[in-house]
Amino acid sequence: MSTPTGDGERFALETIEVAKHFGGVHAVDGLSVAIPRGKITCVVGPNGSGKSTLINLLSGMLPLDDGIVVVDGVRLRVVRPHETPGLGITRTFQDVRLFDQISVWDNIMVVLTERRLLPALLERGKSGQRERTEQILRSVGMWEKRRSLAMDLSYGQRKLLEIGRAMALNVNTYLFDEPFAGLFPQMLERVKGLMRQLRSEGRTILFISHNMDIVRELSDHLIVMDSGKLLTEGDAEEVLAQPEVIEAYLGV
Amino acid sequence: MSVNPSEAASLLRSVREPGAFARLARGNLELWVNLVVITWAVVFAIWQGTGFAITLGTVFAIWAILAVSLNLVVGFTGLLSVGHIGFFGIGAYTVAILTSNAQYEQLRTEAIPTFGWPFFAALPVGIVLAGLTAIAVGTVFNRFRDDIFVLVSFGFTVICFNVFLNSRGLTRGAFGIHEIAKPEIGGWSFGSEVAFLILALVFLAIVVLISWFIVSSSFGRVLTAIREDERATEVFGYQVTHYKLAVWVISAMMAAAAGGLFASWTTFIDPNSFILLESILLVSIVILGGLATIWGSILGTMVFVLLEEGMRFLPFLPDEYVGQARQVILGVLLVLLMLFRPQGLLGRYKL
Repeated sequence: MSTPTGDGERFALETIEVAKHFGGVHAVDGLSVAIPRGKITCVVGPNGSGKSTLINLLSGMLPLDDGIVVVDGVRLRVVRPHETPGLGITRTFQDVRLFDQISVWDNIMVVLTERRLLPALLERGKSGQRERTEQILRSVGMWEKRRSLAMDLSYGQRKLLEIGRAMALNVNTYLFDEPFAGLFPQMLERVKGLMRQLRSEGRTILFISHNMDIVRELSDHLIVMDSGKLLTEGDAEEVLAQPEVIEAYLGV
Repeated sequence: MSVNPSEAASLLRSVREPGAFARLARGNLELWVNLVVITWAVVFAIWQGTGFAITLGTVFAIWAILAVSLNLVVGFTGLLSVGHIGFFGIGAYTVAILTSNAQYEQLRTEAIPTFGWPFFAALPVGIVLAGLTAIAVGTVFNRFRDDIFVLVSFGFTVICFNVFLNSRGLTRGAFGIHEIAKPEIGGWSFGSEVAFLILALVFLAIVVLISWFIVSSSFGRVLTAIREDERATEVFGYQVTHYKLAVWVISAMMAAAAGGLFASWTTFIDPNSFILLESILLVSIVILGGLATIWGSILGTMVFVLLEEGMRFLPFLPDEYVGQARQVILGVLLVLLMLFRPQGLLGRYKL
């Protein structure tokens, strides 16, 4: 089990004694994990074990009750959502959160355009942004659908578009909250391909999944959570070989 | 705008090619709405004569400024505000107080200070004042969204109305302010009805241009993203509170400009022009025309003004019921519209 070191070279993201509770429920309870750079890390655990809360804390969607998040070796007590792209982090949501009533095209464009107010007013879609949007839409197979509203897509397409939207943001760390849930086999392969592609570009991925076949196939590093606490963490193959993990989660 | 390049191209083709128009019009509800409303407006103008048409046109221009500016907040950003009439009132009262020369010694109210400014000096003050108010109010309102936002904006309208009604030393309360100046600049006077109509239409054109400039920019795209999912927009690096405040302030300033025009046009205002009902009518117009479409708001205002004034001439109604009947018919119309076309006449989006 690795201990948090604040080592930005090896770890893209770390948490030190991070805690979040809702009322009396300790969703995340003094969790310390380290997410190795350039690898695919999977978080597994039963429902309600705090996996999504962990991603929400790392992306600033929920404020930390306690503990520190270390991004690229920089210690943060507060993670503000609008600062996460600057920290090199982006995410997808478990309950696909696209911008429903705007076009597929604009869903991608909007993450590429100017952040500052006044320049944004004067900007009308630069050619670089358009090219990048086309490239992303083609890579997730949504180019023909670019004029549709995001709400008119099928569930699988929405899931893919959301991953595309995250990928449009050229960052180091991607947090995918259940990217495989409810997907067709074809779509599954596509998402796997996208994740492998990101890894081959040297980026770090953290994802949540309940599908043990995919976990086994994709992940380099595994974090096992239970009741907001870390059960075990380490190299995927080693962790999957541990008897207590097999017993608890693989349902042998 | 609701007319995209391909639609415009097919419209042009229909002019050159006989028969193409029939193909274009078939099942194209938006085109029909446009045709019907505009024809109706023209027929109405001819039927009632130029004098009345000019009056209606001015009412239309002022309300269209309000509707277009409110659509920036309600339609594009998704903040359902019923507080817009407050900013309209701030603009109107600023122009009224600064330009009126009326002396009121004969009435038992406090004398209000007279400044006697020209219209074009007072209007910018009103616009800036509304902008500053919007910054203060918006900073607080930024914490709220959805139904709570409706409630707090309702509170704003009520506060504005009561300030207008009770600051008698400044607004003369329920007595209202008379003799508000007509716009004059250099040797030009906009005292005549026609000149004022042209001025109001110029203001409308400016507001439409600014709105179009905003919504067609990257800034505008972010606004629609905020409407769809504020938190997700934040995670992609946008400080949504800044965006919401900016569009809120711009929209408030446009409303104040409409207020200034209104005060100068009627030459008399009292607090009854700035009640909640007006604000709700305004939101209805925006929904009627369609959310997040500038042309929809203009068309919606046209429909509203034509209905409101057109019903004055309903032959079967006794005079004393006309006022109420108009509101009832408008209400029924809105219910029908929400039942059968919740996205409004021209819109693609729902609240």
